[in-house]
Amino acid sequence: MTDSLAKRILVAVLGWAVALLLFFPIFWMVLTSFKSETDAITARLFFQPTLASYGEVFARADYLAFAFNSIAISLGGTVLALALAIPAAYSMAFHPTPRTRGTLLWMLSTKMLPPVGVLVPIYLLFRTTGLLDTRSGLIGIYALMNLPIVVWMLFTFYKEVPHEILEAGRMDGATTWGEVYHLLMPLTLPGVASTGLLSLILCWNEAFWSLNLTSSHAAPLTAFIASFSSPEGLFFAKLSAASTMAVAPILIFGWFSQKQLVQGLTFGAVK
Amino acid sequence: MATLSLRNVRKAYGPVEVIKGIDLDIDDREFVVFVGPSGCGKSTLLRMIAGLEQITGGDLNIDGKRVNEVGPADRGLAMVFQSYALYPHMTVSENMGFALRLAKVPKAERDTKVKEAARILQLGPYLDRKPKDLSGGQRQRVAIGRAIVRAPKVFLFDEPLSNLDAALRGQTRIEIARLHEELATTMIYVTHDQVEAMTMADKIVVLQAGRVEQVGSPLELYHNPANIFVAGFIGSPRMNVIDATVVSAGGGGVEVRLPSGAQIVVEVAAGAMQPGMPVRLGIRPEAMRIDPSGPIAGEVRLVERLGGLTLLHLGAEGRDDLIVQVEGTSAVEAHQAVRVSADGAACHLFDADGLALPRLARHQLVA
Amino acid sequence: MSATSIEAGTAPGDAAPAASAPARSFLVMPSVLVLLVWMIVPLVMTLWFSFRNYNLLDPTTQGFAGINNYAYLVTDPDFWASLRNTLVLLASVLVITVGLGTLLAVLFNQPFPGRNVARVLAISPFFVMPTVAALVWKNLMMHPIYGVLGVVARAFGMQPVDWFSQFPLASVIGIVSWEWLPFALLILLTAVQSLDNEQREAARMDGAGMIAQFFFITLPHLSRAISVVIMIETIFLLSVFAEIFVTTSGGPGNATTNLAFLIYARALLQFDVGGASAGGVVAILLANIVAFFLVRTVARRLET
Repeated sequence: MTDSLAKRILVAVLGWAVALLLFFPIFWMVLTSFKSETDAITARLFFQPTLASYGEVFARADYLAFAFNSIAISLGGTVLALALAIPAAYSMAFHPTPRTRGTLLWMLSTKMLPPVGVLVPIYLLFRTTGLLDTRSGLIGIYALMNLPIVVWMLFTFYKEVPHEILEAGRMDGATTWGEVYHLLMPLTLPGVASTGLLSLILCWNEAFWSLNLTSSHAAPLTAFIASFSSPEGLFFAKLSAASTMAVAPILIFGWFSQKQLVQGLTFGAVK
Repeated sequence: MATLSLRNVRKAYGPVEVIKGIDLDIDDREFVVFVGPSGCGKSTLLRMIAGLEQITGGDLNIDGKRVNEVGPADRGLAMVFQSYALYPHMTVSENMGFALRLAKVPKAERDTKVKEAARILQLGPYLDRKPKDLSGGQRQRVAIGRAIVRAPKVFLFDEPLSNLDAALRGQTRIEIARLHEELATTMIYVTHDQVEAMTMADKIVVLQAGRVEQVGSPLELYHNPANIFVAGFIGSPRMNVIDATVVSAGGGGVEVRLPSGAQIVVEVAAGAMQPGMPVRLGIRPEAMRIDPSGPIAGEVRLVERLGGLTLLHLGAEGRDDLIVQVEGTSAVEAHQAVRVSADGAACHLFDADGLALPRLARHQLVA
Repeated sequence: MSATSIEAGTAPGDAAPAASAPARSFLVMPSVLVLLVWMIVPLVMTLWFSFRNYNLLDPTTQGFAGINNYAYLVTDPDFWASLRNTLVLLASVLVITVGLGTLLAVLFNQPFPGRNVARVLAISPFFVMPTVAALVWKNLMMHPIYGVLGVVARAFGMQPVDWFSQFPLASVIGIVSWEWLPFALLILLTAVQSLDNEQREAARMDGAGMIAQFFFITLPHLSRAISVVIMIETIFLLSVFAEIFVTTSGGPGNATTNLAFLIYARALLQFDVGGASAGGVVAILLANIVAFFLVRTVARRLET
């Protein structure tokens, strides 16, 4: 190769500089969470680490309840979205009708409706039906919220599967369910996994519906962190500890699954 | 026992009709080849028989029973796909046993049948491999094995050799023919390659634009093509077709005049032929030979030496691609002027509508 | 052959009949139906409320309001500011993330020591929830006295910037861009990696330098991926909420109030359901206008 040593060093330095710069706020958040409040406002790198802030956060709010809600709602929303989307994507990818393309684009356009535009009616509907501040209410909202993107992603994965394989399955006696269960699911497992991962992340981080439709019982970590936002303005260490606790589960999960996520996250953009 | 009959079978996608009414009978244990240019509907027709495409009109009967509305797995057929369509996440033996597993056949019985199929196809050593670890030819055999295991009444093949290289294609052709003999079942085979059709078929069905052009044995189609399309499609190199005019018509045949003025007597039934009518003369490359006193004069444009045979591309009778097949030992060279003659008994004559005039003498193998 | 007849799968009704192809295409219906309900019901309700006098604090004023809510909305300077802010935010973040994302994708496609770890670090912001991102940036990074940026500025002898009062909208744009840059990077990187090496080598044989290769080979190859990034980001950027809610609450004045925040403020801070619904209708209209152009351009690139 003709790449000079100077160029290779430049690339490495640039690459690491960018990576560290982008990661710095997260790093700083974690670092600050181990400081005492007096250390926290000094921006110093070396200090006497302490778990005091974590202790205080735990004492003030039931972290585990919030975390449980986050997990339950994210998983529930993702599973429900996948359950609705898999048949839809199967049908659109393998049994297209002249309307299929329009349907897909219409689905995506529903995603463009700003949630705030329909906040009032949804809020009132939830209030009337007693869904306000329930996990199932939020699961339903999250499934609907992510459904268009989940359908689209699955559709792009299914399009990659040769029709003839499913036809061979049909010749071999597979029912529609058999085609999906025995052939399509195992063949597109990486794609489904990556779709599910993205949906999980989006659910976990969603902060509009969760803030407006929950108060205590079903409140996930986004509400937990919001409760630390204004009054704790200057208690940086406590704020950082709470933030770290809200972000850590999905961040670590994201790190471990990033390879899977990256492989699938193309939305058909890569041929 | 499996006979098929198609009665006025049609297929339309919206207003577009792609299969325009097909009548066909297929006997038990027959090897039938659907052949035609791409887009002629041969694959669609096969898929309709398989149950993968809905039948818009007409009746499809298997063993005398109408099966238009029967699901693909319940018609007792098995299909080998062009892309093989092996299940990539299953091993070879799982691939072959999948249909039995769906049919809830006990595992021991399943294994026996898979092993038997593997023996026939010499796939024994590969049973635990995944398709991606196999060569093209092996994948092809797995696809066939998957069909064999189901012991179908009819095998369907959709251009199964088109993804193989030339050497393997010839070998697999022979294997399929051998398999047909060993399994003694009805087989329907789709291809665009007329060599495959000629070498494998008991009966060839030539399709064009959703219609049957002619049905018959390979040699029947070769020696007595019903029309100019079949004549051009069957046989390689292609039949030469030259515009001509009828000079006289009688019991001994029809005499035609070629553009150069040369005259040839073609041994066909004159029918309604009258002097002056425009016709087209078809001469197969092997029905012509170099003959210093022959009626057709031309110049050799290109010489293709195949070894045993040599093909001469001639500029003659207003054409520059008249092909004459001569011995490989022929010393003819490009740009040489030659005269050729045609065997009037082996020539074909087509009327203005492209229909063949019946030949007076039938070929002994076709009788 | 020994296996004479097993009649695989001959149980009647075991396999779907040939005629069921249309039936299978109806499997899309559950999704379509729930989305339809999800779209239509609130839409109709929003439309209905937008023509009513409906204030949760003042139950006495009820009834039909005509176009009053809309009239009030369009004469409200906050509304026009919010419309402008929404579009500025959308356009800026798109330009920043797609532009930087493309450059970073090319950078991270080059081999260098520890590239995989660097890549994981670079995409980490994508996993951080918007509320936390906003809190961390607001307090730990951009706080004029205690924030890292302020400390750094002072270390160089400069006057620290009070970001959220001096450059409120730019600050929000910065935070949102930080969240979405990793997403753009992820998708564009996959696309860059799929670029055929032979193509690039052919270009090099033709005398294309690094820059020319980027503009004539890499960028055209990325057009599909870029349109996907634009489409997905637009969906989310039109309704940025948490970042504004946490950092500026729309202020100072209306400097960072976008449509989403305006409606939120009307509905849940002023309890003016009618006015908020009128805003909601406008937000939906805006989204549809954007969606119309976007979906059409993107759809052309994505054959379905």
